[in-house]
Amino acid sequence: MERVPILKLGDILIISIQIDLEDQSVLALQEDLAEAVVAHSARGVIIDITAVEIVDSFIGRMLATIAAMSRMLDAQTVVVGMRPAVAITLVELGLSLGGVRTALNLEKGVALLDHVRGATP
Amino acid sequence: MTGGSELPIASNADVVLVRQQVRSAALEVGLSLVDQTKVVTAASELARNALVYGGGGMARVEIVENGPRKGLKLVFSDEGPGIADVEQALTDGWTTGGGLGLGLSGSRRLVDEFDLVSAPSKGTTVTVTKWAR
Ligand SMILES: Nc1ncnc2c1ncn2[C@@H]1O[C@H](COP(=O)(O)OP(=O)(O)OP(=O)(O)O)[C@@H](O)[C@H]1O
Ligand SMILES: [Mg+2]
Repeated sequence: MERVPILKLGDILIISIQIDLEDQSVLALQEDLAEAVVAHSARGVIIDITAVEIVDSFIGRMLATIAAMSRMLDAQTVVVGMRPAVAITLVELGLSLGGVRTALNLEKGVALLDHVRGATP
Repeated sequence: MTGGSELPIASNADVVLVRQQVRSAALEVGLSLVDQTKVVTAASELARNALVYGGGGMARVEIVENGPRKGLKLVFSDEGPGIADVEQALTDGWTTGGGLGLGLSGSRRLVDEFDLVSAPSKGTTVTVTKWAR
């Protein structure tokens, strides 16, 4: 099983998914990330899915779980880089990902985190 | 109709391989990017169901033709416990596995043809087809 690396940039954790995710990698990422948020006192998490070709119900559930879990650990999550075909497919699959903040790219994701944190110090 | 290929579904890694195989067949058939994404997503759901609920199974990937039209036909089969109430299983949100209950109902929306045959203790076979436009 491949593990997804977690990068730290200031108080933000960045996860860029570059592998074909198998279910075990998804579960490992959830756990690794929860620990990393606490260990680094992270206030923001950015999940970059630019390279992800499909988001099925399992990966979709991971995104929602990470967002909820981070919130409980006092960090905000933004998912960036969703491909248009992935968005269309997710809606048809029936996954709305309510509760998951999104931005078009990494830069906008960082700006959104700054904005959110400015509003709720 | 070409011979098609059979892939085992015995592990999480196999589910990834099925996705990759379906992706390349979808390209070969000439599906649009959105349709490729839809059919690969459906394949991921159905392969995972065969693994998780069926205890593993097989995926068959076949290129089919209807006149000038090409399509991608996928068959997922397992010899697991089967589904007692197929209609219920096809309802959005119905799950016995703590999932979202979207795999079956959602995949049905993502493809052009969807057929589910299941009998208790005999296993489950789901056949889907996506046609190039
Ligand atoms: N191959 C199968 N063999 C036996 N039961 C199955 C099979 N596929 C699906 N089921 C049953 O149908 C239910 C609905 O399946 P579906 O894929 O829609 O949702 P799920 O797997 O529970 O959640 P998810 O949204 O994560 O896919 C399952 O919970 C399971 O009880
Ligand atoms: Mg499922």
